[in-house]
Amino acid sequence: MLGHLKRTLAAAAIISLAAPAMAQDGTIKMGALATLEGAFTVLGEDSMRGVELALEEFNYEAGGKKIELITGSSDASPDSAIRATRKLVEQDGVQVLIGPLSGSEGLAVKDYAKTQPDVTFLNGTSAAQDTTLRNPADNFFRFSTDGAQWMAGLGEYVYNEKGYRKVAVLAEDYSFPYTQVFGFLEPFCRLGGTAPQDARFWVPIGNKDYSSVIAALPDDVDAIYVALGGADAVNFLTQYEQAGGELPLVGGSITVDQTVLGSKGRTRDFVIGTPSAGPISDTWDNPGWADFVAAYQKQFPDGFPSPSLFAHGYYINTKAALLALNEVDGDLSDGGKKFREALSSLEFETPTGKVSLDERRQAIADIFLTEVIEGPDGGLLNKTIKVVPQVNQTLGVPYEDFLAYGQVGRENPSCE
Amino acid sequence: MRRFVERHTFWALVILIVGAVFLWLIFAVWPEWLQAAFGRKKTFVNTLLNGITLGGLYFLVASGFTLVFGLMRNVNLAHGSMYLLGAYIGYEVADASGSWFLGLAVAFLAIALSGVLLQVLIFRHMAGDDLRQTLVTIGISIIAADLMLAIWTGTTYQFEPPEWLFGATELPIVSVVKSSGAAVYIKYPVYRLTVLAVAVGVGVALWLFLNRTKLGMMIRAGVNDREMLSASGVNVQLVFALVFAIGAGLAGFAGVVGGTALSIAPGEDIRYLLASLIVVIVGGLGSVTGAAIGALLIGLAEQFGLAYFPTYGVVLTFLIMVVVLAVRPQGLMGGR
Amino acid sequence: MDGRSLFSGSSPLAAVHPAAWLAALFLLAYPAFASHFFVFQIGAYSLILGTIALSLMMLAGYGGMVSLAQLTVAGLAGYLMAILGDNSVGVMGLGWPWWLTVPVAVLGAALFSAFVGAVSVRTEGIYTIMITLAIAVAFFYFVRQNYVIFNGFTGFAGVEPPRLFGLYWRDPVPFYYLALAVAAASTAAVAYAARSPFGLGLQAIRDNPRRMRALGYNVTLHRIVAYFLAGAIAGTAGVLLVWFNGRISPGSVGVDVVIDILVIAVVGGMRHPIGPFLGAIAFVLLENFAIDLIDRERFNTVIGLAFLLVVLYSPDGLLGLWVRIRTKIRATRRVRPESGRTEEEDPRLVGSTKET
Repeated sequence: MLGHLKRTLAAAAIISLAAPAMAQDGTIKMGALATLEGAFTVLGEDSMRGVELALEEFNYEAGGKKIELITGSSDASPDSAIRATRKLVEQDGVQVLIGPLSGSEGLAVKDYAKTQPDVTFLNGTSAAQDTTLRNPADNFFRFSTDGAQWMAGLGEYVYNEKGYRKVAVLAEDYSFPYTQVFGFLEPFCRLGGTAPQDARFWVPIGNKDYSSVIAALPDDVDAIYVALGGADAVNFLTQYEQAGGELPLVGGSITVDQTVLGSKGRTRDFVIGTPSAGPISDTWDNPGWADFVAAYQKQFPDGFPSPSLFAHGYYINTKAALLALNEVDGDLSDGGKKFREALSSLEFETPTGKVSLDERRQAIADIFLTEVIEGPDGGLLNKTIKVVPQVNQTLGVPYEDFLAYGQVGRENPSCE
Repeated sequence: MRRFVERHTFWALVILIVGAVFLWLIFAVWPEWLQAAFGRKKTFVNTLLNGITLGGLYFLVASGFTLVFGLMRNVNLAHGSMYLLGAYIGYEVADASGSWFLGLAVAFLAIALSGVLLQVLIFRHMAGDDLRQTLVTIGISIIAADLMLAIWTGTTYQFEPPEWLFGATELPIVSVVKSSGAAVYIKYPVYRLTVLAVAVGVGVALWLFLNRTKLGMMIRAGVNDREMLSASGVNVQLVFALVFAIGAGLAGFAGVVGGTALSIAPGEDIRYLLASLIVVIVGGLGSVTGAAIGALLIGLAEQFGLAYFPTYGVVLTFLIMVVVLAVRPQGLMGGR
Repeated sequence: MDGRSLFSGSSPLAAVHPAAWLAALFLLAYPAFASHFFVFQIGAYSLILGTIALSLMMLAGYGGMVSLAQLTVAGLAGYLMAILGDNSVGVMGLGWPWWLTVPVAVLGAALFSAFVGAVSVRTEGIYTIMITLAIAVAFFYFVRQNYVIFNGFTGFAGVEPPRLFGLYWRDPVPFYYLALAVAAASTAAVAYAARSPFGLGLQAIRDNPRRMRALGYNVTLHRIVAYFLAGAIAGTAGVLLVWFNGRISPGSVGVDVVIDILVIAVVGGMRHPIGPFLGAIAFVLLENFAIDLIDRERFNTVIGLAFLLVVLYSPDGLLGLWVRIRTKIRATRRVRPESGRTEEEDPRLVGSTKET
C-alpha cells in the first residue's frame, strides 16, 4: 500500500516540479473568475460571455501584446473563490484578474489582492459595498456599480412622484438585499419617509413559502419594497396574488427583471406600474446600448436573448483593463504600477454611459430608473423612465457622513 | 379512547381544555388584548393553516422514506433527489402534454420504477450492510443532483395546475369585524387545502394498505422481524422491491404536488431530504403514524417560526429534533 | 466481500514499513522542490482536509459511527478563533492572544463534538448519519442567521496565525510544516489509540455493544469520549483551516463541504489512518486541476462517481484497491506448480517489481 502512496507522491512531485507558468514576453495572461459550478453556472457563463465580448472587440490584443485568457471557477462561496484566485495568480501566473461574480466572494478577493501587490485585480459583478468603501485594496478596481448605487433615484422617485410615505420591506436575509434596501431607504428616509422595523420582513435565503409572511404584512403602509431574486420573486408574486394582496410594490434590481416578467403563469397585471432601478435597462433606446446588444447576440447566438447585468459588468471591467493596457503599451514589467495608475484615471464610454473611478477605485456611473408597463403584444416590459447620471458610491452624501451609517444590516437605516 | 380517559383522567381533561381554547381561538373574534399580545388573528390563522398544509406535504414526502427504512433498514438519502427528479419529470410531461394529472401519474410511475431498479440491481446485493447501503444512496444523490443541474440548469420551474385548483377561497373563519358590523372572512389558497386533502387521502390509503391487506400484513411483519418473514416462505425480495417502488413513487408524487405549491429549483432535494429526516427522527423511523405526527409538528414549527421569529425560525425545527432525541431517542411513535 | 469490510478497522499494515520512512522523508523535504502554490494550496490544504477526514475515519472505522458533523466541529473551532481572537470585520474579536484562543477553540470543538455524540449515540448506529447531518445543517443555518456572535452571512475575515520565533506562520513553508506536524500527531494518536485498551474497547463496542454492556462497559460514555477525541482532532484541523483561508463564513460549513469530507474519507480508505490523507490529496488535485483537464462544471459528478464506485467495488478506497491488486499479484506468483521453483528462483520473475 505504501508503494501506492509512493507512486501518488511521485506523481505529485513531478507535477509540482513544474514551476508556475511564466508569461512569455509577447503575451499578457489575463484570468477570469466566475461561478461556473452549482446553481449559478448560468450566470457565470454569461459573465464569461461579457469577458469574451470585450476581448473580441480588441481582437485579443492590447498594448501590442497578445492576451491569453485563463478561466477560474468558484461555487459562489468565498473559500472556493480564494482557492481559484490563488491558483490563477500563483500557479497560472496571471497578471490581471477579472472577477468575481458575487458580493461575498468580492470581499474575499479584495483581501487576497492585498497580499499580491504586483497583480492587478478588476471586479466582475460583485456588488458588496465594503469591497471598496471600507479598507479598499490599492490594486482592486471596480468599474461596475455596487448594490446600493443600483437603487439610486428610486427612493426619491417613490417619495416625490408616487407620494409614498410609509413602506414595508420584504427581502432575503443576507448582505446583497441589505445593500439594496439601504440604497433605497437612505434617500427615501432623508426626504421624510418611514419604514418601521416591525414592517421589515427578512426571510431566510431559499425560502419559497411566503404565505405566512404575506399574512403578516401590515395594512397601513403605502407600498411594499420587495428585494427578492428572480425565482423567489415569481413565487412571491404568485402567492401574493392568490392571497388577494392589493398593496403597490416597489422592486429591487432583480425583482421585476425580464426573467420574472416573462415567466410562465398568470399574467401579473397588478405588477404593472412597479418602479425599480438598476445598472442596465433592457428597453433603453440608445444607439450605444443597441450596438452592444447586437454584438452580444451576434457573437453568442446561444446566449440569453439580451445581455444580463453579469455580461454587462464583466464586459465593462474587461474593457477597462484592455484600454489601460493600451495606454501603457502593455508594459507590466514594473509590477503593474503604471498600469494601475492608468486604470485609476481611466474614463470611458460604455454601452450604459460614461464610467470613471472615485478615489477608492469604485465606479461612478449612470443608473436606470424603470417602471413595468404592458407591452404592445400584451406581455410585460420595463420602460426606462429616467437615467440617473453619474451616481457615486456615497449616493451624493459626503463620505464621512455616509460612513457614519455603518455597515449594511437588517436595521440600517433605522428610519422609523 | 374510553380506556385512555379512564386511565389518564387528568391528561384527558387537559387535552379537552386545550382543545376548547384552541377552537375558540380559531372561530371567535379576537378581543383587543389578544390582538395586542399575539398580533392579528389573520396572521395566526393563516400560519396555523399553512403549518398544517405544509405538514401534509412533509408527510407525503416522509411517508415513503419511513416505509423504506422500516422494512429494509435502508436510510435512503437519495430520497430528496427522487423528489426533485419526480418534480422535473412531472414538469416536462405536464408541459409537453398540457395535463397536470398526467405529469403527476408519470412522475409517480417513473420514480417508482427507479426505486425498483435501485433495489433489485444494487441494494439486494448489499443486504445486511446498512451503512454501505446508505453510503451508496449518498453517492447516488450527489451524482443525481449534478446531472439534474446539468439538464435543467439553475432556473426555477413553475407548474401550471388546472384552473379549478388555483385561486383563493373564503373559509368560514372570521378575521375581523369591520366597524360597519360586517365580518371579514379569512381567504385561503385552494391549492394548499388540496395538498392537505391529498396528504390525508394518501395517509388513509397507506393505513388501509398496511393494516387491511395481506401484503400490508407481510410488510408489517417484516418491519417487526425480517428473518421471520422470509422463514415463513414469503418472497421477501418481491416485497422489498414493491415497498421501494411505493416509497420512491411517493417521493416523485410529492415532488409534483410540492413543486406546484412551491416551484422547483436545485436545492429542493436537500431541503426535502432534511425535512424527511427530521420528520422521521421525531416521529419514529418505520412508523407511518409517527411520520404523520412528526410532519404536523415540524410543519407547524416551521411556519410559526417563519411568521413570528423569522431570524431563528429555521433552527426551531432542529431544536425540536434535538429535544426529542434527548428525551425519547426512538422517536415519538418509534418502537424499541 | 465481507459486508463489514468497510469498517473493520483492522489493518494488514501493522509494522512501520521502510517505505513509510521514504514517504516521511518525501513529506519533510517537499517544500524544497515544490512551488509555493503546491506547498500551500495542495500540500497544506490536503493535510488539513485529511486530518478532518481522519477524525471521521476514526469514529467510523473504529467506532462504527459515521459522523457527518466533523467538519462542523472544525468549523466551530475556526469560528471560535475569529470570535475570541482578532478579526478584521469589527464584530466580536475579543483580542485574546493565540496561546489562549487555540486551546479554547480546540476544547470548545471537542465539547461540541461530545455533545453531538451525546445526542446521537443512544440510537441505533444507522441513525448517526442522519442526526449528524441534521446537526451540521442546523449549525450552518444558525451561524448564517446570527449576526451578534457569528456575523451571519458575511462571516469573519482577517483571522491570522501569530508571528512567532521570527516566522509568520501563514507563509507557505512554515504553515506547511505546521499542518504536517498536526497531521502526523493526529495520525500517531489515532494509530496508538486504536491499539490501546480504549481503542480496542471501542472496536469491541462497534462489533457487539450488548456484549460489552454485559461485561460492564459504559458503552454510551465510551462512545462519547471517542467523539470528544475525534472532536479535538477536528478542532485542531479547524484552527489550521481558518488560518489557511484567512476567513470563515457559513459557506465553509455548508452541506457540500460536509459531504466532501465524507467522500474524502471513504474514497481514501477507512481501514488505516493514511487512507483519509490519500483521499484528500486526490480530492485537492482534482479540485484544482479539473478545470484544466476536463469541464469543471461536472466536477461533482466525477466526485460522486468515484465515491459510488469505491463504495460498490472497493470499500477500502484507494488503499483497499492497492491491497487487492497486490494480493492478486502475490496469489498469481504463488501458484506455479509446473515449475516447482519458488518465486525467487523463477527466472521469469527475476527483475519483476519486488513488492514493497
